[in-house]
Amino acid sequence: MSKVKTITQSEAAGMFKDGMTIMIGGFMVNGTATRLVDAIVESGAKDLTIICNDAGRPGEGCGKLLDTHQAKKLIASHVGLNKVCGQQYSAGELDLVLTPQGTLAEQIRSGGAGLGGVLTPTGVGTSVADGKQIVEVDGREYLLEKPLKADVALIKAYQVDAAGNVRYKGSTRNFNPMMAMAADIVIVEADEYVEAGAIGPDFVETPGVFVTHILKGGAE
Amino acid sequence: MEDKKGFIAARVAKELKDGDVVNLGIGLPTLVPSYLDPSVSITLQSENGFLGLKAQADNPEDAPYIVNAGGAPAGVEPTGAFFSSADSFAIIRGGHVDATVLGSLQVDEKGNIANWIIPGKMVPGMGGAMDLVVGARKVIVAMEHTNKGVHKILKECTLPLTAKGQVNMIVTEMGVMDVTPEGLVLTEYNPEFTLEEIQEATEAKLIISENLKEMTV
Repeated sequence: MSKVKTITQSEAAGMFKDGMTIMIGGFMVNGTATRLVDAIVESGAKDLTIICNDAGRPGEGCGKLLDTHQAKKLIASHVGLNKVCGQQYSAGELDLVLTPQGTLAEQIRSGGAGLGGVLTPTGVGTSVADGKQIVEVDGREYLLEKPLKADVALIKAYQVDAAGNVRYKGSTRNFNPMMAMAADIVIVEADEYVEAGAIGPDFVETPGVFVTHILKGGAE
Repeated sequence: MEDKKGFIAARVAKELKDGDVVNLGIGLPTLVPSYLDPSVSITLQSENGFLGLKAQADNPEDAPYIVNAGGAPAGVEPTGAFFSSADSFAIIRGGHVDATVLGSLQVDEKGNIANWIIPGKMVPGMGGAMDLVVGARKVIVAMEHTNKGVHKILKECTLPLTAKGQVNMIVTEMGVMDVTPEGLVLTEYNPEFTLEEIQEATEAKLIISENLKEMTV
């Protein structure tokens, strides 16, 4: 029997608390669990640390959490397509950590994989290296980038089966597979909900072992 | 020159070989594929997670599921493949991308590049640029030679760096420059400009190649 619980959007909203760190999958909202983002808005939880590739757009994706001032800190690789982010950062309202996209992916993956971080050549000789340990391996310099973990991860699936097994579609994978490994509570929102086993072991990309909750209902 | 961007893109296209896996930055670099010789077929990598980037989806039902690295709707070649951001950057950082073509705010004679931030003015973030310039086998900067007369090709970048010593080649409407341990070598020049004019538009000292050629597209 699978331990995965199926919940409604308002039950999901009840899980978000002040000060939480939340990972949100997606790349410019493509592959973002938008109903779950709405659940964060509904929860009113504040002082959140959001980890997402980008700031979405105003009123879209994790951009909504900037609009509502629920996000206190954002860890992302690119925020240029959301003016609100720049405004809040300049006004000192938002703590912004910009991280190279590949580094962010590996920090999350290593968080989920039980590793002590990763060594990457990306960022050596730039301001990204400030305050970070440099490790030399076979004559090449690497930055030690520490693992990232979260209280909750919001995952957008194409299909999820009742055992929490996930299949993605197109470019919507992006950060979802790594984030699904790196949080205590992992909630999946899907376009299609299928019976346990219906995806098939060969086609499961995120095994249900990583998933704790499934959001009820189909696509919007 | 009427179409500077098209001219630069057309010259960059000649650098790409049949079968190359290429990642193109936003803006000017996206013009490059339309200037490829018909005998040259390249595969475009989209850093948000796939190989085989196409301008449009074949099947309208797939459209919501495929966007390019600028977040705009896109398509995929039948030979393409989708993957996570971790795999995407394994492809990029791991040296599996033959070339990346990107614009820049500044580049210098040591191959340093600065194109992700203007402190106090513009803080868009680096996105995948830092990984791309470190990981791609060949880094081609494609840009206008100056910013309305202000030098962009410098002795030393003044803006925060995207990466140190990673640029291999600079292509502008004035010429083609290789980054070498000795400095920037002008290998081709656009005969619409004199060598003096090109040097004046460049803060770094240009070394004139012994095999200097006219820049043709």
